[in-house]
Amino acid sequence: MNRQNFHRVLLWAMLVLFAAWFLVPLYVMLTTSLKDADQLRMGNLLSWPTAPTLAPWLKAWSSACTGVQCEGLQPFFWNSMVMVVPAVLLSTLIGSLNGYVLSKWKFRGSETLFAFMLFGVFMPMQVVLLPMSQVLGWLGVASSVWGLMLVHVVAGIPSTTLFFRNYYIALPDELIKAAQLDGAGFWLIFRRIVLPLSTPILVVTLIWQFTNIWNDFLYGVVFSGADSKPITVGLNNLANTSSSVKEYNVDMAAALIAALPTLFVYVVAGKYFVRGLTAGAVKG
Amino acid sequence: MGALAIRNIHKTYNQKVHILKGIDLEIQAGEFLILVGPSGCGKSTLLSMIAGLDHPTSGSIHIGERDVTNLPSKDRDIAMVFQSYALYPNMTVAQNIAFGLEIRKVPKPERQATVDRVAAMLQIGHLLDRKPGQLSGGQRQRVAMGRALARDPKLFLFDEPLSNLDAKLRVEMRAEIKLLHQRTQTTTVYVTHDQVEAMTLGDRIAVMKDGLVQQFGTPTQIYMQPANRFVAEFIGSPAMNMIDVLRNGPALAAHGVGLPISPAQSAALQAHGSAELVYGLRPESIGFASQGVPGTLRMIEPTGPETYATVETAAGQLTARVPGVLQATVGDAVHLQWQADQAHVFDRASGARVG
Repeated sequence: MNRQNFHRVLLWAMLVLFAAWFLVPLYVMLTTSLKDADQLRMGNLLSWPTAPTLAPWLKAWSSACTGVQCEGLQPFFWNSMVMVVPAVLLSTLIGSLNGYVLSKWKFRGSETLFAFMLFGVFMPMQVVLLPMSQVLGWLGVASSVWGLMLVHVVAGIPSTTLFFRNYYIALPDELIKAAQLDGAGFWLIFRRIVLPLSTPILVVTLIWQFTNIWNDFLYGVVFSGADSKPITVGLNNLANTSSSVKEYNVDMAAALIAALPTLFVYVVAGKYFVRGLTAGAVKG
Repeated sequence: MGALAIRNIHKTYNQKVHILKGIDLEIQAGEFLILVGPSGCGKSTLLSMIAGLDHPTSGSIHIGERDVTNLPSKDRDIAMVFQSYALYPNMTVAQNIAFGLEIRKVPKPERQATVDRVAAMLQIGHLLDRKPGQLSGGQRQRVAMGRALARDPKLFLFDEPLSNLDAKLRVEMRAEIKLLHQRTQTTTVYVTHDQVEAMTLGDRIAVMKDGLVQQFGTPTQIYMQPANRFVAEFIGSPAMNMIDVLRNGPALAAHGVGLPISPAQSAALQAHGSAELVYGLRPESIGFASQGVPGTLRMIEPTGPETYATVETAAGQLTARVPGVLQATVGDAVHLQWQADQAHVFDRASGARVG
């Protein structure tokens, strides 16, 4: 075996090892969620399900107890959907408008404004909990799906603005000038020229926002009302509701259900995600 | 009033940087105006102001009878070709050309007719369904011109439109722009830093430097009667020879070598009074002869139709531009001769033309 082949083999061995390392938790979750209670009691984490069953999934979805109520994750799942989809769309739209203004319609102080917005990207979520609940109270949307949606939109704007601004800065200014000479105004240029050129960054932002908001627990547990708790809160309650026996298979199935939508978004739009993050800009 | 009048335009940024320091220009309908100068001279800023993409600190701009100083671009009835072409990458060529008409709510059949007319004029009919990304540089250039033509504007603006093309294509497109202007007779303002483009295309040339118009005139005036040393050196290739000279009564001398001047120049110099001057000679004014200013051949650059010869003389180094092939070798002793009235004399301190 020559030197180069040896290096190849070593490289592959390392890659396989690391891949396995990161895939083991997923394997454990998947197999555990398909095992029945008897097999769980045998305590072998890595064993293959001997009698695969979808019962834990059904229970996690529709009948597991999350506190006193026993309707599974289903209501939380729909709460999340109803809240996440508009929040993602709104924060993305506002971010792209902000980015358009901050890159192509600069005004006195716009750079400073952008610098301040960047603070929002790095600010820890916990910092805003108290002031935000105060504000939601004033607005009369505390403990409601509207309040939670508002918090997610506001919290998402700094990063979405950053994404779009950095993308649009690479669009040639002359494109905007040419459109102005053609007679187009602010909104028309945005709609007819800038947005159609934004597909990669739109996809990146949508995935980013969807993942963040869907997976958020802190805002969800603090700002939601009794009837608008998102799926992360539901999952937490489900796993913490103690009965005589700990049903690991149901917990795993519930966790997988909670993770499925983000996985789905990645699989569908993942190639745009990598392309958009790395390319950063498509020359006009 | 002319088709375009620029009155005392000033532009200052942050109350500190003075970009334009009082520009006055006026051209008649159908004229081709060139703004030429080195980078940083303010020519592009001035064009942006005519386009309405930038605004003067003071002064006014008139297109035809209208004062457009504060009008937005879209109400100025102008069209512009950008250096980067600025074609909309998400639209086809046909959509690019029709976009301005669409926004102005021109009915669809009329738009279609305009696109066809413009495409025929520029021979881009076969490209109409393509996206700009699929076009070559020259094709993009044509589409950009088509987009400007479609609107049939009062005023055409070009911002260094040929600087992204290779040398051969640049010459082709230059000719095409000239033909197009002869055909449409649209008043045009064209910014360039290339003095050959300036000379070949312009009806009138404004040579700019440091935010000021150094000279405004026809190409012939600019070339034959440069208003100052900067214009004389900027226009023409190889550049005009410049020799520092001292005036002694009616005669001029550099390092003891007497340089010929015409009686008219002599009178102008006497009237001017200054003794420290610069003597300018276009390379093509200088010829080899059996007598005249003696020197040594330092370099020979044949270009084919003509040859540039650099000669070291007691007065300084001179470049001569002689037709055909020069039968001589480097190191030869030669004599240079020229007509006195071919010389340009400038004041050394101010650079202004004296005679």
